[in-house]
Amino acid sequence: MTMPETKVLPNPRAPEGRQPASAPAAGPRGKVPPRRRPRAWRWTDLAEIAGALGASAALTWMIFGRLLPFRVMPIAYVLLAYVLFLPIYWFVIRDGQGATAAKDRLVTVLIATGALFAFAPIVFVVGYVVKRGAEVLRPNFFTETMQIVGPLSKATEGGALHSIIGTLEQLALATAIAVPLGLLTAVYLSEIQGPLARPVRLVADAMTALPSIVAGLFIFSIVIKPHIWLQSGIVGSLALAILMLPTVTIAAEQVLHVVPGGLREAALALGAPYWRSVLMVVLPTARAGLSTAVILGMARVVGETAPVLMTTGGTTVMNVNPFSGHQDNLPLFVFTQIRSSQENQVDRAWAGALVLLAVVLLLFVLARIVGSASPGRRRLRVPRRRASRTTSDGGNPS
Amino acid sequence: MTVPEVDQSAAAEAAPAVGGVLEGVQVSCWFGARKVLEGVDIKMDAGVVTALIGPSGCGKSTFLRTLNRMHELVPIATLAGSVLLDGHDIYGAGLRLTEVRRRIGMVFQKPNPFPAMTIADNVAAGLRLTGRKVRDRDELIETSLRRAGLWNEVRNRLGAPAGGLSGGQQQRLCIARSLAVSPDVLLMDEPCSALDPTSTRRIEETILELKDQVTIVIVTHNMQQAQRVSQHCAFFLAAEDEPGRVVEQGPTEQIFSDPHDPRTADYVNGRFG
Ligand SMILES: Nc1ncnc2c1ncn2[C@@H]1O[C@H](COP(=O)(O)OP(=O)(O)OP(=O)(O)O)[C@@H](O)[C@H]1O
Ligand SMILES: [Mg+2]
Repeated sequence: MTMPETKVLPNPRAPEGRQPASAPAAGPRGKVPPRRRPRAWRWTDLAEIAGALGASAALTWMIFGRLLPFRVMPIAYVLLAYVLFLPIYWFVIRDGQGATAAKDRLVTVLIATGALFAFAPIVFVVGYVVKRGAEVLRPNFFTETMQIVGPLSKATEGGALHSIIGTLEQLALATAIAVPLGLLTAVYLSEIQGPLARPVRLVADAMTALPSIVAGLFIFSIVIKPHIWLQSGIVGSLALAILMLPTVTIAAEQVLHVVPGGLREAALALGAPYWRSVLMVVLPTARAGLSTAVILGMARVVGETAPVLMTTGGTTVMNVNPFSGHQDNLPLFVFTQIRSSQENQVDRAWAGALVLLAVVLLLFVLARIVGSASPGRRRLRVPRRRASRTTSDGGNPS
Repeated sequence: MTVPEVDQSAAAEAAPAVGGVLEGVQVSCWFGARKVLEGVDIKMDAGVVTALIGPSGCGKSTFLRTLNRMHELVPIATLAGSVLLDGHDIYGAGLRLTEVRRRIGMVFQKPNPFPAMTIADNVAAGLRLTGRKVRDRDELIETSLRRAGLWNEVRNRLGAPAGGLSGGQQQRLCIARSLAVSPDVLLMDEPCSALDPTSTRRIEETILELKDQVTIVIVTHNMQQAQRVSQHCAFFLAAEDEPGRVVEQGPTEQIFSDPHDPRTADYVNGRFG
């Protein structure tokens, strides 16, 4: 609309008759200005960066390689090159496009550097775990336990099946405990808005920062110490549930806040009691977001070591019953293996870490999918249910 | 689904022959300390469409929301006076809050179908929400959609999500949803303000078709619409820093052709600030 302004303007009014040849109607059609993408990178931009980088690299090499009499660590090269790059780049841009553009570019570079610094540790950690883990991860890791594996067995022998089973069961139990409580609390905070809402929200907020070892200690001292229940999977689940509760509550409350108030009013205006409007309208509308809240809570606790350290006991043998007897889980597996003085056991720990990382990643991806695909989900699921009901209704006219 | 306990459903399925009579008696409203409405007396007869008109902020929506007890959803809201449905005070002890709201339905300015439900489920939502059962759910859905003038457009996609309808269709779906619980009165707060002329016309037709079965009260900023659909008309006005009052009310024809109050004449003729 605004782009061809200069070409179109002379057409109706022709203040100067700048382009007498293209005055008729066919004129502007003939020379359509090239389409531009104003914010795209151009080759000159890249050339400027490349040039500035090259110059700073060369300068660095000159300083460290020729001028200074001693050798320095490679990291110093990178640092100096970066420090030199900034003014060089600034001068290059200022020469070509002026001081404002130069300032803009410089700040862009700084911000990009910051983003890179925030991103780099994640890449390093994940990359390192994948590298170390892949070296010893074999299919038998998922099918065997550590029962008959001695301290001198090879790292590829034995497996973490007992830990994986333990993790899944403890996670499921913790979810079963924390999610109903968390959702109810969220409903209280966002829908009922009772007199206790403020303090409860405050406590929930504070609890997200609860050190996980405190949760473990708490359960240890009120459940295991008085011999109410011995160390087992379920006791670990209790500790995990404590950690999960505030995460689920706060995430779910935020989701419920987003449900339009008009829907609640519409439900009430039909004559619904408040609890039915919450149960049948508010919660189903927020279903996708609530699922995300639950998964986020699960991802929060699945990798916790401290709370299960004191509560599940830990073992090397298979125990599928979470309610009695010591149980293992993945963080604990990693912990016990990596503490060993044997190289092979330390190596095996990395395989456990890799599996744990994969589980956490899976949960987060799941949360994103569930959270973002809500309209598609509805289209997929609800009509099918409705269709079956219609047919069943039509099937028995009695 | 095949539960046969349907004693009250006969009443729910059969459309009432005639709507209820709603009467506001000396209704005043406050939000906190601020009085926004004073001494409103309006009788909304059965078989008559009552239009509430007036400039923005004069308390039309507030008055409408007192008529089915939605006003009290605002925590700081209070009111005085009474609202009688067929002679019984809806704020009295005799009527349950949920029963009042079921008998006096409401259609909002912005179409608000339940997004997590299908079209059919939306229509039948009132049953689930009020915990009632009907013998033939599908038939109730069809009748309600027909009464709202939407049946022919959605009959082949009852299982589709309600969010996929156009704005006008969504609004008629909301009307169908309100009708499915067989209300005696239907309150409409600017139901067409978000719609195009065709959908508006369609909803006006719906109103005229419904008016013999349900008492209709409609708030509108559209003078032509008020003239087209209503038989009774009340003009609200709030002077600066004063609560809103009913300046004049009477037969729509008279309000628009021969108003007694000069302020009414100014407003209906568009000579208003
Ligand atoms: N929730 C609320 N809290 C406080 N004041 C409110 C609230 N809702 C409405 N009011 C005030 O009450 C007065 C009447 O509002 P109301 O919504 O009834 O006006 P209206 O006639 O419907 O206007 P419009 O035609 O713009 O919809 C206004 O002055 C408004 O500021
Ligand atoms: Mg209003």
